[in-house]
Amino acid sequence: MEKIESPLELEKLRKSIQSKKKKEKTFISICAGTGCRASGSESVINAFKEEIKFLGLQNKVGVKVTGCHGFCEKGPIIVIHPKEIFYHNVEKEDVMEIVSETIIGGKIIDRLLYVDPTTGKKITKESDVPFYNKQKRIILGNNGKIDPTDIEDYIALGGYSALSKVLFKIKPEQIIEEVKKSGLRGRGGGGFPTGRKWESCRNAKGKLKYVICNADEGDPGAYMDRSLLEGNPHSVLEGMIIGAYAIGSKNGYVYVRNEYPLAVKHLEIAVNQAEEYGFLGKNILGSGFNFSILISRGGGAFVCGESTALMASLEGKPGEPRAKYVHTVEKGLWNKPTTLNNVETWANIPIIIHKGASWYSKIGTEKSKGTKIFSLVGKINNTGLVETPMGMKLREIIYDIGGGIPNKKKFKAVQTGGPSGGCIPEELIDLPIDFEKLTEAGSMMGSGGMIVMDEETCMVDVAKYFLKFLMEESCGKCVPCREGILQMGEILENITKGNGQPGDIELLEEISTVIKDTSLCALGGTAPNPVLSTIRYFRNEYDSHIKDKKCPAGVCQALIQYSIIPKKCIGCGACLKQCPQNAITGEKKQPHIINPEKCIKCGACYDVCKFDAIKRV
Amino acid sequence: MEITLNGIKVQVEDDWTLLDAAKFYGVKIPTLCYHEGLSPYGACRLCIVEIGEGDKSKLVTSCLYPVQDGIKVRTHSQRVVKARKLLVELLIARCPTSKVLQDLASALGIEKIRFKARYNDCILCGLCVRMCEEQMDAKAIGFVSRGVKKRITTPFDIKSEKCRTCGACIYICPACLLRCQGPEPPSVLCSGCLNFSPPCVDQYKDVMCYLDPCVACLKDKGENMKKGGKK
Repeated sequence: MEKIESPLELEKLRKSIQSKKKKEKTFISICAGTGCRASGSESVINAFKEEIKFLGLQNKVGVKVTGCHGFCEKGPIIVIHPKEIFYHNVEKEDVMEIVSETIIGGKIIDRLLYVDPTTGKKITKESDVPFYNKQKRIILGNNGKIDPTDIEDYIALGGYSALSKVLFKIKPEQIIEEVKKSGLRGRGGGGFPTGRKWESCRNAKGKLKYVICNADEGDPGAYMDRSLLEGNPHSVLEGMIIGAYAIGSKNGYVYVRNEYPLAVKHLEIAVNQAEEYGFLGKNILGSGFNFSILISRGGGAFVCGESTALMASLEGKPGEPRAKYVHTVEKGLWNKPTTLNNVETWANIPIIIHKGASWYSKIGTEKSKGTKIFSLVGKINNTGLVETPMGMKLREIIYDIGGGIPNKKKFKAVQTGGPSGGCIPEELIDLPIDFEKLTEAGSMMGSGGMIVMDEETCMVDVAKYFLKFLMEESCGKCVPCREGILQMGEILENITKGNGQPGDIELLEEISTVIKDTSLCALGGTAPNPVLSTIRYFRNEYDSHIKDKKCPAGVCQALIQYSIIPKKCIGCGACLKQCPQNAITGEKKQPHIINPEKCIKCGACYDVCKFDAIKRV
Repeated sequence: MEITLNGIKVQVEDDWTLLDAAKFYGVKIPTLCYHEGLSPYGACRLCIVEIGEGDKSKLVTSCLYPVQDGIKVRTHSQRVVKARKLLVELLIARCPTSKVLQDLASALGIEKIRFKARYNDCILCGLCVRMCEEQMDAKAIGFVSRGVKKRITTPFDIKSEKCRTCGACIYICPACLLRCQGPEPPSVLCSGCLNFSPPCVDQYKDVMCYLDPCVACLKDKGENMKKGGKK
């Protein structure tokens, strides 16, 4: 491939790719994102390739291995284009049938179709599935149409046209103005206006400036950035090149965690291809602008997602944050002006340039513009990645898109913003999700994690879990974060063990205030959020742990008792066999009894009983 | 440049930090991980001061914060003193045997440690690491691990070839030299030299004077004790 040296050549290339793709009318898009891979999409891909080769259909039917489509619950997912037929939970045994029936015969296989649980209707088209049609997928949407290892797929869909527009038609200052007008705010957690960040960096003194993509996503249960890098790496690169041009930078870094091997691999391929085609390197598209990107792999410390810790790590130092009294846009990486943005933020840039700031700013709420990707996990029917306009109500995300709570359990709360976010209770389910509203509710947007919890979740236990995570992931540099979180964790541990004291809640609040006030970085500054928000909304649960020594949700082992309801027990003996401690005794067909002294509260009897005869108090 | 330090307008040099300014004008701010001969680190957070006013006020570490024209600084506001007390309480729970910490606790008027003591020998202030690197040019020790597992050691926990056993790390350590003989279980807090807490913090938003010790405070305390009121 020869380097593209002008916008005209790029358009020529795009036309030739598009006409080449037109010939290949039918193609099967198979999700090979992390979720689908885990449920076996690789064997499905191989089966399709073999079957198509066996039938000699290589020239007529294409197999496209794509990144994450989002509906991970139903993986492996395939979509047959151009009719957009959506099959889910596909196994390699289904492949022969799909090829002969649907692709050759044009018939739909009923059993692989998605059934709408509310109406019971079968749905054929991907875009009609409620999980997808309630979303606004301006960033994730292309994931299903692109083979991330092939730059031509991205170019065919209009990729790098924003870059060529910027390099030849727009001045750097105008780009910044456009980004400012769009209202885009950082998607990594803080929500700082991106345009303003760029402007300060452009105006900062110094010739050498850096651009960094923060791909150190570490929240438990979150994989938005991972899926973007795995599924559509060029959109991130294009955003970075545009940003670098606007700021006046020649060097960029992507800091990606090494635990994301597929993201690293696809990113490496993307960078090499972009260099080969002339989108990266010297004299990009013949404009005279030079920019190169290096990939740096992180060791997996959560704190390295904090901008200054990330920069320290990039410099080869321990990943510890430093005070940001002098901003990183003035003194960042190696004390040079640096612009750091999150993966999703960068992926927004080409869209803003392409469609215009006024189009973009129409999406979302007054102060939060555009869309946001959330990873919807936990006790929810449709686990997956969802992209919604800012300001969508929590209820719509959980019930309409997420399909509600499994096993007819009651919804209790949702943890947004990762470990340093907060819990939002059921009474706030109609809260429109944007930066301000979440902060008001005592949580935060964070990078977009959403962990849904049902009535069987103990909120004290949840707070303890997140504090434990932060205790291990704090860098350990400053006292409030290292020592404060440790002591808070110990207080919570005592509460869940039944050793809570009156005044513990007040002490937790006192420590929280000081940690928030005095911590060095945002990790410490937000670490008490899970505790504060659960105290705010579920104080009665804390009280019953401390005063009554009871865990209302039945989670904290030290505070629960198992017993058998004699009226319900038919004496089947299932629990007796299951009990590892031989704590259950009883004659056949007679009600059994649990010996509380022997019982270790493992809950095995509770799970195995079919007659609801085991009581957990 | 001019800043307002505890309500008094003072002239400062451009390249000073807030701590430099406070020191120059004789306002005593407690520090632990700060040392004149070493680069500031900002880990102990004891040197926090409150800047700004009203809802927008915030706590910043004075050892790192550069002076800005017109900035309003309060070194002993209620918020600051409360935070400092809890920080020292947390530190003593980690390492009750340090005399430096016990003295700080006395000066701040801490009367009780509400946390379980763990008798760790190191408070991770990082003075020794910076001393070794910046003054001794050896870089023989450093931090390993993170979070609660963080500690200071030589590379791979073996004797370092770079170490000249100069002892500078021990000299500067606030925890291992100057062991306090005071605390005896069950009391973590050495009350041997407990003196006073500034009573004006309970009544006013800020400490009213910066004498150490403050004569009025001592007098006030004495009168209170005579009345049988609180110390």
